[in-house]
Amino acid sequence: MSAIPVSPGPVSAGVDRWELPSRGRVGMLSLIIGESAIFTIFVVAYVFYIGKSLTPPYPAQVLEIPFFNTVCLLSSSITIWLAERAIERAKMGLFAAWWAVTIALGGIFIGGTAIEWHKLIYVDGLTIHTNLFGTTFYSLVGLHATHVVVGLIGLLLILIFTLTGHVREKHSERIQVFALYWHFVDAVWVVVFTVVYIVGR
Amino acid sequence: MADQTLPIAGVDVTPRRRSTALLLEWLHGWVVTVDHKRLGILYMVYGIFFLLVAGVEALAIRIQLAWPGMHFLSPETYNEFFTMHGTTMVFLVGMTIIFGFGNYLVPLMIGARDMAFPRLNAFSFWLTAFGGLLLYYSFIGGFGLYGMGAAPDTMWWAYSPLTEKAFSPGHAVDYWALSLIVMGFGTLGTAINIIATVLSLRCKGMSLMRMPLFVWLMLVVSGLTLVTITPLTAAQIMLTIDRYLGGHFFDTQAGGSAVVWAHFFWIFGHPEVYVLVLPAFAIANEIIPVFSRKAIFGYPAMVAASVGIAFVSLGVWAHHMFTIGMTSVGNTFFVLSTMLVGIPTGIKIFNWLATLWGGKIRFAPPMLFCMGFLFQFLIAGLTGIMLSVAPWDWQLHNSYFVIAHFHYVLVGAIVFNIFAGIYYWYPKVTGRMLSDKLGKWHFWLFLIGFHVTFDTMHFVGFLGMPRSIYTYEPDRGWNGLNFWISVGGMIQGIAVLIFAWNLVHSYFKGRKAGNDPWDAWTLEWAVPSPPPVFNFAADPVVHSRRPLWDLKHPDDPDWKYEA
Repeated sequence: MSAIPVSPGPVSAGVDRWELPSRGRVGMLSLIIGESAIFTIFVVAYVFYIGKSLTPPYPAQVLEIPFFNTVCLLSSSITIWLAERAIERAKMGLFAAWWAVTIALGGIFIGGTAIEWHKLIYVDGLTIHTNLFGTTFYSLVGLHATHVVVGLIGLLLILIFTLTGHVREKHSERIQVFALYWHFVDAVWVVVFTVVYIVGR
Repeated sequence: MADQTLPIAGVDVTPRRRSTALLLEWLHGWVVTVDHKRLGILYMVYGIFFLLVAGVEALAIRIQLAWPGMHFLSPETYNEFFTMHGTTMVFLVGMTIIFGFGNYLVPLMIGARDMAFPRLNAFSFWLTAFGGLLLYYSFIGGFGLYGMGAAPDTMWWAYSPLTEKAFSPGHAVDYWALSLIVMGFGTLGTAINIIATVLSLRCKGMSLMRMPLFVWLMLVVSGLTLVTITPLTAAQIMLTIDRYLGGHFFDTQAGGSAVVWAHFFWIFGHPEVYVLVLPAFAIANEIIPVFSRKAIFGYPAMVAASVGIAFVSLGVWAHHMFTIGMTSVGNTFFVLSTMLVGIPTGIKIFNWLATLWGGKIRFAPPMLFCMGFLFQFLIAGLTGIMLSVAPWDWQLHNSYFVIAHFHYVLVGAIVFNIFAGIYYWYPKVTGRMLSDKLGKWHFWLFLIGFHVTFDTMHFVGFLGMPRSIYTYEPDRGWNGLNFWISVGGMIQGIAVLIFAWNLVHSYFKGRKAGNDPWDAWTLEWAVPSPPPVFNFAADPVVHSRRPLWDLKHPDDPDWKYEA
């Protein structure tokens, strides 16, 4: 009974300290790289088509800068980080509290987007079909919003499992892996916000 | 050497018997499996099946073009066939077979029990599988311009605005876009899985610079896939928005741009070639040393060249678009970046030649196919450099010269090495050797057929024959050449049938392989053939790039020489 191969290796092979990166973290980072490429293509399309709409409404006429939403979404990155710190120290109550705050902030963001879109569609008459601006705006912001919704569903599931006692301190690494995704969604918003509401307006 | 027992004593490693299991139970086992080896086999079987399907499409196209003024296919069917031939070969044959190899071999080569995420692995396979079915369902379910039963007919790059609702009514293009989105997510999942497996599950002692080059290249390919398949997915989402929600991304009537589609498609499309060819290199990196009885020449240079190719390949896409009207600065950039690819690929070719140099070469079928690959890939690279020169490309763009060039890469390099890999690892997967005699028939017929077809295509290209035309007049001077191209295609078809017969026949009647029929050096040959579900009875520990060499030559192990 022996390992493969049996040949004695060099004396100081350095295999006693054999540590590899966690597969969850590597997998999530790979997903983030892939997702970044998708967003890059949508952002490039948005930037390329700025000012190329043939018919109104144009961005400067209808877009309002969503400062409050942005502050909410970006601060949810801080609250999720506080939650990560809490679960590492086994403070499950604190973890659940910060986690719930993260969900609330994410919820406010997506609610804000809903209000914005409602105004754009019913007051300004801008749909995805109206003009090139509508097409690029709804698809880029919508792509990001889809990621927020997916993140919120994940966050909510984890909250439910926390409240039923299924999430414990030993899961802190998985929580951190999931939080990476949420940080990514927040970081993408910085790009989307800059392109759509600052440059594109 | 064939039956050398490697020391994995103490554990019963006989494969589980499926003697009395009912057929249904057996099928159910394959459907619910999360085992990387079974999924690898599923990928391979799926890929080889579609290789036959897309091959039949190619032969039908060739019959149509063998003589001027033929009506073997209707013009509509002809367009559908060459669109489906391209799409199938790239996504359902190339991608599935390379991921089949990756799935089966990467965990075995790095001494792991399974992939990092086995269930994601199964999910990815089934996404790919159903994506393919969705694509082919269009042949019966798609409602197109000509009524029911319309497959996509917009060529595999689907240039806009032809794909817009106004010009492609019905659902044929929708099937195309949706199936590629579905398969894109499957591919993304597999790429993530391979990266996580390679980075996180290597056995003790296997540092990055001790990994077999096959594993290195699969890592590079997966990294490249992450940023290559996703732009296609994004572009397909945009196309779907245009078609279903009335968007204007590629709608030239509303300010949209058809050129943007071309850019997005080729940002995917060119690196995709490297996604397919790097695994072919990976296979050559394993086979050439083993059949030359030498360690690979210049391991670090090979790793660096592979990473280099991956990086450079991301900046060359617009050489597909020299005739689209870019600025001369743009043209010059893409000319130079494309020529740059020649440097790392040149390094690879010289390293393979140096590995052969002074070796004791054995011309078994895997090595024969690799030799074909080396020669043909060199020619493909040279015609590639010719086409990278923009003024040259202006002359030959969309001609059969281009078809000849990229089939030299896709068939001459990639398919040849896929065959080499199957001859090499089939004994590991099934426990039986493929017939040597049939293998040699397959090789020589395929080689002859290949050269008759694709060498000749260069010349009809020079004579001005454009690609994708339904038929041609008899007075163009293309008649005889086209006939021989078709004859070559038929010879290749016969060769592939011999291969398929060999696969089936040897599964039941082939010579028993034993653990290590080729006297090879990587970890997969240390386990029984076929490997047990758990792969390794005990976690392996490696000290060099060739752990089985160390095992077989304890007096002169490799780790004495590796820094």
